[in-house]
Amino acid sequence: MSHDISASAGPSLKTGFGRWKLLGLGLILPAGILVLWQILGQMGYISDLLFPTPLEILKAFVGLVQSGDLWDHFRISAVRALAGFALGGGLGLLFGLLVGLFAKAEKMLDPTLQMIRMIPSLAVVPLFILWFGIGEESKILLIAKGAFFPLYINTYLGIRNVDNKWFEVTRVLGYSRIQQIRRLVIPAALPNILLGTRLSIGLSWLGLVVAELIASTSGVGYMMSDARQFADTPVVFVGIIVFAAAGLITDYVVRLAERRLLR
Amino acid sequence: MAETLLDITALSKNFDTAKGRVEALHKVDLNIREGEFITVIGPSGCGKSTLLRIIAGLDGQYSGTITLGGQKITGPGIDKGFIFQEHRLFPWLTVEKNIAADLSLRDPEIRRKVDDLIELVKLGGFEKAYPKELSGGMAQRVAIARALLRNPRVLLLDEPFGALDAFTRAHMQDVLLDIWRRNQTTMIFVTHDIDEAVFLANRVVILKPRPGQIKSIVPIDLPYPRKKTTSSFQELRLRVLKLLDSMNELELTDGAGI
Repeated sequence: MSHDISASAGPSLKTGFGRWKLLGLGLILPAGILVLWQILGQMGYISDLLFPTPLEILKAFVGLVQSGDLWDHFRISAVRALAGFALGGGLGLLFGLLVGLFAKAEKMLDPTLQMIRMIPSLAVVPLFILWFGIGEESKILLIAKGAFFPLYINTYLGIRNVDNKWFEVTRVLGYSRIQQIRRLVIPAALPNILLGTRLSIGLSWLGLVVAELIASTSGVGYMMSDARQFADTPVVFVGIIVFAAAGLITDYVVRLAERRLLR
Repeated sequence: MAETLLDITALSKNFDTAKGRVEALHKVDLNIREGEFITVIGPSGCGKSTLLRIIAGLDGQYSGTITLGGQKITGPGIDKGFIFQEHRLFPWLTVEKNIAADLSLRDPEIRRKVDDLIELVKLGGFEKAYPKELSGGMAQRVAIARALLRNPRVLLLDEPFGALDAFTRAHMQDVLLDIWRRNQTTMIFVTHDIDEAVFLANRVVILKPRPGQIKSIVPIDLPYPRKKTTSSFQELRLRVLKLLDSMNELELTDGAGI
């Protein structure tokens, strides 16, 4: 995650030729690895079971797409990740706003929330399964727990970091308390809120994988753990690639929104 | 003479710091008339910014009385425009939206006033620009327009041109005088630049530090537009300089920032 953020914070790439050249530069290493991997695999230097060649993975991918299995699993996974993110991220934003805006809410809620934050997600998995079974609830709640904190903390920090000098301006301009929140606090905290959103989405995918690998009968994570049991390694790789792509795409969407909202 | 707009009587203000109580202002009396241009000058620590912030209603807990148009000042509000040393524009808003701030540009009345003000501060063509695209002088002009849109009874300026280079500063002084002539807004302008103080004001208020007190008030009876090179200007400038020098403040240097 932190990688993507530092990349977006840096100076934007120039358009046109330079951009493609840089993209090509970035592709040299992965493309080289893929070619080497393919050659070594075909020559029998690396285990086909542990490292199926890129072409085999591609074949498995095409097969899964054609049978419709991949889409079915992916749809289920995406809905889970999205629902968990909506629940956890939404609450994170709400509590972040409350705690950031009202000192009383901070005193009342923040210590408890920080305590919950310190509990590793994996540690609550057995409890969630006991409480909610292995149905959708436990998965979505697990994802939500992960997605809650980045948005919560970043919203809270964003609001707290609004410089007092801006508040002086709004006082001199005669803003009401509501106007202060709507026209100063929210726009000023927006960069942090969007950063929190990106981190939350990343953690949603992470939580999804954990949830689906542990106990599930559907979804990309299940597809992977099922394939592992049958030593169908190419499918495991397909799952990894699908998760990576989904994470990248959702992150890119938020970054697009970021670019539109922050100028 | 016009009637009194701002009446300050026996104004004192203390700050509690780690080293104990500091008297920032001690029994300041000042009477400012409607439409007057006052500059306040003094060495650092003389309480000139504090005085301005109290008038603005940004700092409370003082003793003495301040009335604006007969009304006691209870807090900040749009009747007292305030220009800070930094422009303090909202970076996420365009020039015109910064000027409008909480008022809607869809209101034709506001739209017209904002357009007039953009004209007044000579920023035509920059309506849709963002603050980071503006120079320091331009941004400060937007801040002035933002304050003027609210028709303040008094405009309080806290070293507004202090961060600008000498040429931009001179230009901004002309712009401000132009605004003052047209709108006849009462101005209270804090500065540490003697030339600026004499160039702009009807009266220069000289403060002395520890505790902040009015040392003297120098009326500047020169007609506008003024020229800094005339001998009558230089005479008055020298008078202010001597008054400041007599405070025996080492930091105070001719026209330079402290």
